[in-house]
Amino acid sequence: MSEVGMSDNVNVIVSNAKRARKLTPEEIAEIEHEMELYPDKKAVGLEALKIIQKHQGWVSDESLLAIAKYLAIPVADLEGVATFFNLVYRQPVGKNVILFCNSVSCWITGCDKMKRHIGDRLGIDFGETTADNAFTLLPVPCLGDCDNAPVMMVGDDLHRRLDFEKIDEIIANYQKQD
Amino acid sequence: MVTNPLTKNIDMSRAPFSLTEYEAADGYQSIKNIAAGLNPGDVMQQVKDSGLKGRGGAGFPTGLKWSFVPQGENSAKQKYLVVNADEMEPGTFKDRLLMEGDPHLLIEGMIIAAYAIGASVGYIFLRGEYKVAEKALQKAINEAKERGFLGTNIAGTGFDLNIILHTSAGRYICGEETALLNALEGKRANPRAKPPFPQVSGLWGKPTIVNNVETICNLPGIMRYGIDWYHGLTKGKDHGTKLFGVSGRVKNPGCWEMPLGTPIRELLEGKAGGMQDGLSLRGFLPGGGSTDFMLPEHLDLLLDYDEIAKVGSRLATGTMIVLDDQTCPVGMIGNLMTFFSHESCGFCTPCRDGLPWVDAIFKELESGAGKEKDLQILHDHVDYMGPGKTFCALAPGATAPLGSGLKYFADDFKRHIDERCCPYNH
Repeated sequence: MSEVGMSDNVNVIVSNAKRARKLTPEEIAEIEHEMELYPDKKAVGLEALKIIQKHQGWVSDESLLAIAKYLAIPVADLEGVATFFNLVYRQPVGKNVILFCNSVSCWITGCDKMKRHIGDRLGIDFGETTADNAFTLLPVPCLGDCDNAPVMMVGDDLHRRLDFEKIDEIIANYQKQD
Repeated sequence: MVTNPLTKNIDMSRAPFSLTEYEAADGYQSIKNIAAGLNPGDVMQQVKDSGLKGRGGAGFPTGLKWSFVPQGENSAKQKYLVVNADEMEPGTFKDRLLMEGDPHLLIEGMIIAAYAIGASVGYIFLRGEYKVAEKALQKAINEAKERGFLGTNIAGTGFDLNIILHTSAGRYICGEETALLNALEGKRANPRAKPPFPQVSGLWGKPTIVNNVETICNLPGIMRYGIDWYHGLTKGKDHGTKLFGVSGRVKNPGCWEMPLGTPIRELLEGKAGGMQDGLSLRGFLPGGGSTDFMLPEHLDLLLDYDEIAKVGSRLATGTMIVLDDQTCPVGMIGNLMTFFSHESCGFCTPCRDGLPWVDAIFKELESGAGKEKDLQILHDHVDYMGPGKTFCALAPGATAPLGSGLKYFADDFKRHIDERCCPYNH
């Protein structure tokens, strides 16, 4: 009995270790397409992370391991890249990611007030996701649209010259889509 | 006579020109010239003679940069052209306009540059957030491929060029050319040691030219209309036109193409309409977040590389951030320090440790917990993180608004400490 118990225990430990998940055929096809554009596999690392994020919403440990295995590159190197870039999410995010510009031109034109307003409406601060998983709020360095400041992106869409009314309208529109 | 070669095709109220429309507007003449026997050496000479300087911030002569690429029988066969489209300098929004408004101008410019240096592959390193530009550029690349302007044996001359659009994932340091190359190779974007310079050993160890979007967009005009025309554009010493932008609390913020050498006043008071009602001008950063403050007394200076350098600042990206009298200068500089601190790659100590320290002091000053000795620490950091003390130009860039701000707005810093709060109403 005791021997069986021990081996059970060992099994428990092994199964706790994270394993590479299986990449989907779509993910593999897109990664393969990127591999044609670069002379080595390492260069495809960031592209692969972005492809996985597009399909899964974020990059889990299991996804990271899967990409590293597929491209035959060290996991630590890929993790180094994944954690370096602002737009690679290593934690789950909500359905709509708000990239809120808080750099200098937006700051001068009152982005702090806009951010507080979003916080009041959605009950979240930077780095947080709403309870219904609809929105994640993240700061983003200068979005390069300074003549329309203050600005933010929701998903792929840029929203310009923000004021309280506009923010309410934008939030309501995305809530309607959900 | 064309006076606005960078923006002549741009009208943001409609879709950008297709290849056919662009061609009809005097575009892709360079392909015909190449087919007619124009050789790469001629192109390089013409760009050198034009006096074009890099529009990404540093202002290095483009033709000279190109001439460092080893040529001839014994040089590396594979050479690369990389376009730096990772526009993330705070307050800078000029390359977005060019890429969204006239993507074929960039593609034609890349063909010219690649032909001159002998590159058969060109990467566009585009920031990930520029979704509209991404679509416009990909469409333009596809059209050019279909038309035979990209691919193999272009115009029957044996010249090959493939353009690959790479979208990044958001880090300011990727704008530093060697960090950009590491990012393209799939590594963390830490800058590399120089030498070797990328022109000799760049992407995957091959000779590589990295040019800014606006720099490349100057090339079709130079090749099409010639040196005399190009030299006739300027109002100052440096040649050509440039995109100039104004953001902040002015009446009409925006981005316009103007001749180099135009007085600053014409940009700020003419194009941007001056300050919003009830506000007056306190100062401005002339070319993005990494430039030194300038003052209202500098408004009659010319928008020229040397002219701006005379008062200790830089023309850099040419996109101006305006500080008004009801915005706290300490808060504005603090905002920039938060940006630079966050975007430090963490590789070298003065930048990795210095910027968060500076940022923390600004937060204390804003909250009213600032102390007299903090000012000395800030002054010291202007030196510790200054040019020559760090691995790349990120931290020295941060010291530009910091050092000049400490000098010009000393009273405001003092008031934050004396009054134990920010004296501005935010």
